[in-house]
Amino acid sequence: MTFWKLFARNRGAVVGLGILVLIAVMAATASLFFPADPFSLAGKPMSPPGENGFLLGSDSLGRDVAAGIAHGAKTSLLIGLLATLVAVGIGIVMGALAGYYGGPIDNLLMRVTEMFQTIPSFIFAILLVAIMKPSIESIVIAIAVVSWPAVARLVRGEFLSLRNREFVQACHTLGMSDVRIMLGEILPNCLSPVIVIGSLMVATAILIESGLAFLGLGDPNIMSWGFQIGAGRTLLRSAWWVCTFPGIAILLTVLAINLVGEGINDALNPRLRERT
Amino acid sequence: MTRLLDITDLHVALPPESQRPYAVEALNLHLEPNEILCVVGESGSGKSLTARAVMGLLPKPRVRIAKGSVNFLGEDLAKVSEERLRAIRGSQISMIFQEPMTALNPVMTIGTQIDEVFRFHEKMPGRERRARALQLLTDVQLPDPEQTLKAYPHELSGGQRQRAMIAMALALDPKILIADEPTTALDVTTQAQVLKLIKQMQASHGTGVLFITHDFGVVADIADRVAVMQNGLLVETGTTDQVLRRPEHPYTKALIGAVPDLVPRAARPRSGATVLRVKNLQKTYRSGGGLFGGKGRVVHAANDVTFDLARGETLGIVGESGSGKSTVARCIVRLNDAEAGEILLGDTDLRPLGRAAMRPHRSKIQMVFQDPFASLNPRTRIGKIIAQGPMMYGASADEAKRKTNELLEIVGLDARAYDRFPHEFSGGQRQRIGIARALALEPQILVADEPVSALDVSIQAQILRLLDEIRDRMNLSMVFITHDLRVAAQVCDRIAVMQRGKVVEIGPTATMFSDPKQPYTQELLAAVPGKDWFSAEDMARVHAT
Repeated sequence: MTFWKLFARNRGAVVGLGILVLIAVMAATASLFFPADPFSLAGKPMSPPGENGFLLGSDSLGRDVAAGIAHGAKTSLLIGLLATLVAVGIGIVMGALAGYYGGPIDNLLMRVTEMFQTIPSFIFAILLVAIMKPSIESIVIAIAVVSWPAVARLVRGEFLSLRNREFVQACHTLGMSDVRIMLGEILPNCLSPVIVIGSLMVATAILIESGLAFLGLGDPNIMSWGFQIGAGRTLLRSAWWVCTFPGIAILLTVLAINLVGEGINDALNPRLRERT
Repeated sequence: MTRLLDITDLHVALPPESQRPYAVEALNLHLEPNEILCVVGESGSGKSLTARAVMGLLPKPRVRIAKGSVNFLGEDLAKVSEERLRAIRGSQISMIFQEPMTALNPVMTIGTQIDEVFRFHEKMPGRERRARALQLLTDVQLPDPEQTLKAYPHELSGGQRQRAMIAMALALDPKILIADEPTTALDVTTQAQVLKLIKQMQASHGTGVLFITHDFGVVADIADRVAVMQNGLLVETGTTDQVLRRPEHPYTKALIGAVPDLVPRAARPRSGATVLRVKNLQKTYRSGGGLFGGKGRVVHAANDVTFDLARGETLGIVGESGSGKSTVARCIVRLNDAEAGEILLGDTDLRPLGRAAMRPHRSKIQMVFQDPFASLNPRTRIGKIIAQGPMMYGASADEAKRKTNELLEIVGLDARAYDRFPHEFSGGQRQRIGIARALALEPQILVADEPVSALDVSIQAQILRLLDEIRDRMNLSMVFITHDLRVAAQVCDRIAVMQRGKVVEIGPTATMFSDPKQPYTQELLAAVPGKDWFSAEDMARVHAT
């Protein structure tokens, strides 16, 4: 069966993928539909949705909520993807080295990993961003730094079980180098769980980014959903739309990514395929 | 006499995307009280699913009984409720499995697990239950039954665990005992003891035993009647004597013909040139101890192992599990590092070489692995699996490809295999690919670690023939690790018998079989299942009919 067929067996995953595509299209066409800076005053402040030419209303400074959501989608997806890529990269390197070599190297790397895991991740991320000054790079770094341990542990486990498999030993008897065995033989065999955990990490990364922006630790020059919610927080009773729509955007995105992640997991994990 | 079990027209349906619609098709089989019926077949013959269908243990709903009845003393087990089945299982029909380690609960003592059987099915006071459990363990001849009651599964050996399983299965004096390959995971000597025990217990309790196996040797030792299955169909039934001595169906004949003969093949002249010399090899495994003290366990996996290998010769290393035979093989190809001794390939001692220094010598010794399903990278195409060796040693892509195609032909595979993935091949074909990979570097020595033990008997014969062919064709020397003395008799020129890390006896195959000097060798030979049945003249008769 093709990957798509297996994926499509989970209907929720297809719905999630649809939502995700819509959000991506929205992010890509943000500047087309909302050419103005989302931070600029676009009209009368505190307009409810549908009035004064605002589709989703405006906030206390007259900024267009709809423009903010469209531009914010770019930020969220970008940071989510970048941070996940960096985290998966670090995680694979650490996990692969620890799992493949074992012994003292494993001990050392895993103690380091545990050190990162003992610190509550969101507080750690706040701390890192606060130290480095809020900017896209610092946020990506902060999110990556708090999320790689999960990948490292997963990859280590896979490497531990795969390194003693006979096909890996056959490569040893051929005289293949360690790097080649790790990258060419073992890694492709443990990619499916990594892809699954990575897709779910994108959702977490988006949540962390929103949380940081909500607390005012977002990049001040870039519109973000978390920032919008933070700005509208005090007006929740008088202007509900300022918080609500970005909130829904976050909810939908995270939900969609989780659904897709689940679908990928079902498609890649052969044992789950039997469970129908 | 009434039949205990009467299976009529049984169809077990497989999920729609499977290779065939029914795992078991139109099966008619019956079991009398106080007899042992062996169901024999190769993998995929449906023999295990038959057993599971009787027990109501099919992986429903994907695999289910589509048609037919399983009549157990007037009740149709294919139709009764789950509750009734539960009451029958354990008390009237019980089962023992292939791997006692996974069939027993690792966190409960043997005593508790036997106790459970009584508690679920019968009302009796705790003291009586304990006394019965103790009696059972004594009956299955476990040493120190008192102690065994308190033991956890991991504290027992494989044979003892299987005995405990048998005790549990017979706890309520069931009418039928289903045994699914109960001795396959055991060593030959243990296997012989367990088979004897099953036979004794069966005779004293008058149980009907449905015994599933792939091994005709075991059949010969234990069966009263035999049923042979192939691809879900019953091809032949009859008494043991009928089926083994006068098989009717061509498939049965082929299967019996494929059982390797215990009489060694004719000796070949030994060349004077020695290619490999192993001297006083030592390898110790340590476990336990650790951070909080405690006594560590020291196992001498290879203790003073010495042998040499002549050009063109096949040296068999035989022994039971834990004898260190695999360790020796892995030390020779340098997958494990031995602590002391010499591994002389020509004039170079390989043992102390580091990874980089070892690299140029790697190509001279190659290995064939046991498990054809684990030894090929599932994500790599066959062509690349074979070609990557030569390419690492500097062959161009074209050269490597030509060589790969040549090797595929030698091992009897189609050239189209080049672009396929391992999962598209059967076990035997994969083992051929593994052999081609090992040959790609043009080694002088091939180390084969149980290369046929995971294969069906008919495929086993083909692979052994292939190994023989390439040894002659490429002038290879071979170290052949096996636990199966039948296989050893057919492929080895000389045999080294190992026990607990030591080589206890080494010599030409023929002398080893006709005149074993050491008691351990004699014990091994005596334990080979079915040795009285498959003698040379019997086999000749089978082939003649």
